[in-house]
Amino acid sequence: MRNAFAKELTALGEQDERIVLLSGDIGNRMFDDFKSRCPGRFFNCGIAEGNMMSMAAGLAMSGMRPVVYTIVPFVTTRCLEQIRVDVCYHRVPVIIVGVGGGLAYASLGATHHSCEDIGFLRLLPNMTVVCPADSAETRGAFRAALECEHGVYIRLGKKGEPDVHRQDPTFKLGKAILMRDGRDVTLISTGNMLPTTIEAADLLAASSVSARVISMHTVKPLDEETLAEAFASTSLVVTIEEHSVIGGLGGAVAEWQSEHTSGGGRLLRIGTPDHFLHEAGNQRHARRVLHLDAESIAARILQSSRHAPP
Amino acid sequence: MATLKTINCKRFSQLMPRSDTTTDLHRIARELRARVIRMSHDGRAPHLGSSLSCIDILVAAYWRCLKIDPATPLDPDRDRFILSKGHAAAALYATLAKRGFFDADELHTYNVAGSRFPEQPSPRAVPGVEAATGSLGHGLSIGLGMALASRVQNRDCRVITVLSDGECNEGTVWEAAMFAAAQRLDNVTVIVDFNRWQATDRSEEVMAISPLVDKWQAFGWSAVEVDGHDVEALADYMNGAPLDAGKPTAIIARTTKGKGVSFMEDDNNWHYRIPNDDELQAALDELGVAADA
Repeated sequence: MRNAFAKELTALGEQDERIVLLSGDIGNRMFDDFKSRCPGRFFNCGIAEGNMMSMAAGLAMSGMRPVVYTIVPFVTTRCLEQIRVDVCYHRVPVIIVGVGGGLAYASLGATHHSCEDIGFLRLLPNMTVVCPADSAETRGAFRAALECEHGVYIRLGKKGEPDVHRQDPTFKLGKAILMRDGRDVTLISTGNMLPTTIEAADLLAASSVSARVISMHTVKPLDEETLAEAFASTSLVVTIEEHSVIGGLGGAVAEWQSEHTSGGGRLLRIGTPDHFLHEAGNQRHARRVLHLDAESIAARILQSSRHAPP
Repeated sequence: MATLKTINCKRFSQLMPRSDTTTDLHRIARELRARVIRMSHDGRAPHLGSSLSCIDILVAAYWRCLKIDPATPLDPDRDRFILSKGHAAAALYATLAKRGFFDADELHTYNVAGSRFPEQPSPRAVPGVEAATGSLGHGLSIGLGMALASRVQNRDCRVITVLSDGECNEGTVWEAAMFAAAQRLDNVTVIVDFNRWQATDRSEEVMAISPLVDKWQAFGWSAVEVDGHDVEALADYMNGAPLDAGKPTAIIARTTKGKGVSFMEDDNNWHYRIPNDDELQAALDELGVAADA
């Protein structure tokens, strides 16, 4: 995902001289192409994210299109005050790109996990929150973000994620992508959980449960039309994310559901629990421990379906 | 896709040197002080001491230094001035009005419910205000972004940011200081309004902020100390910057909190206190400015 971002950034940077890249001392070699093809528009801002974010706002106030890039916790919660005041309050077009969303950097410990960032940024006015599922959605998200006149947060995984989309889908911020239709349950995934969600849908199919799969890349603004249809047409709607069940996609859908549906499908939120992960292990291990692997997800949905009221 | 050429590159046409004498500037400073005292009184707004301490810095910048035109407040080639110590916004509002950015009559709506003059400025609400400040430690970094933009766009803009000494407690000030020096942003000038007080205590006792000149120099800046109430000396340094090619400039302005009114000077009660009717009249008398000036 991150290589797709770097490539797209370079291609668009060549066409649009307003694009500048601010990196928090990360992305060694990854931006070499951008540096050589967009000279004078790359700034290594060091390990000083607060200053970096405010500078991005200052650049945007002067007509530039800054892209701020580092690891998710450092480009979101570390400088949340600067995002809130300088980017959002001023409503300037800063694109915040975080790498290592969720548990992508599980082995580095909880300092590098990010299971709260969607919640924090979703709370801010003048901020769009988008979590691409793969390289194709990353390209789409970045192109769409450049058209915005306000802040956009793009939450990436790392590298080597499977490509779910065979070709670049029509990408519109706030418009979810239907991956597979189904009758019994709707699985709504955001970000890098999409391959696992599709795998879970396959497992459900083997148990004769027909699952619709949706990639809801944009958590803010929510695709209300897709949600309304999901709750109206399937008895169970499941949100799946590598983020706390508090405040993220599940939280957002629960907020929406409390005011918009009556008597439709139930909501099941699958995400990370309300505690830190202390043990060693890579992303795969962390997902298994936190029941975010396809088998655990499918089992939980089956259990929930069985307990559904008639 | 846009290119830099699509951004308006009009040069300033009205940059005639201003003819105000030093005596004029002293009168302007007295009138601005009287104005902010009345604004604090009428609007029931605190931070008067902080506003009074930076008046001469504002006068030096706005009447001697900045390349600005009130008729085109968003000209991309203008110099940028950021009052990072946003709690002194009354001083900035009064300055902008006197400099012609908007009608001074509007200052009567300062801190009035529903007006566009909150105690601390909101983004783009008032012409001439470059950034919404109030949360300390943001203004310099925003200014560096503007200075970088000026470089990328090949413009000749200067960025002047006024910080309070208390504000130098914030870590981002020093992140910005290191970055500006590394990037050799010599179109950036910081002025520290060194009135030696912060909200509740002597700034040198809360944090070991001294020696400020040495600190900024150690961070790679040219740094000088100056009497922060000597308008011409302040202007000379601002116009003389960069003092060393390739280095940003820090001017440590020795000031007195509450400057200009004897019973407010260096009395930190006036960080929050609001003058009553008698105190307002006494202050105006002392400044020699009529109540309706």
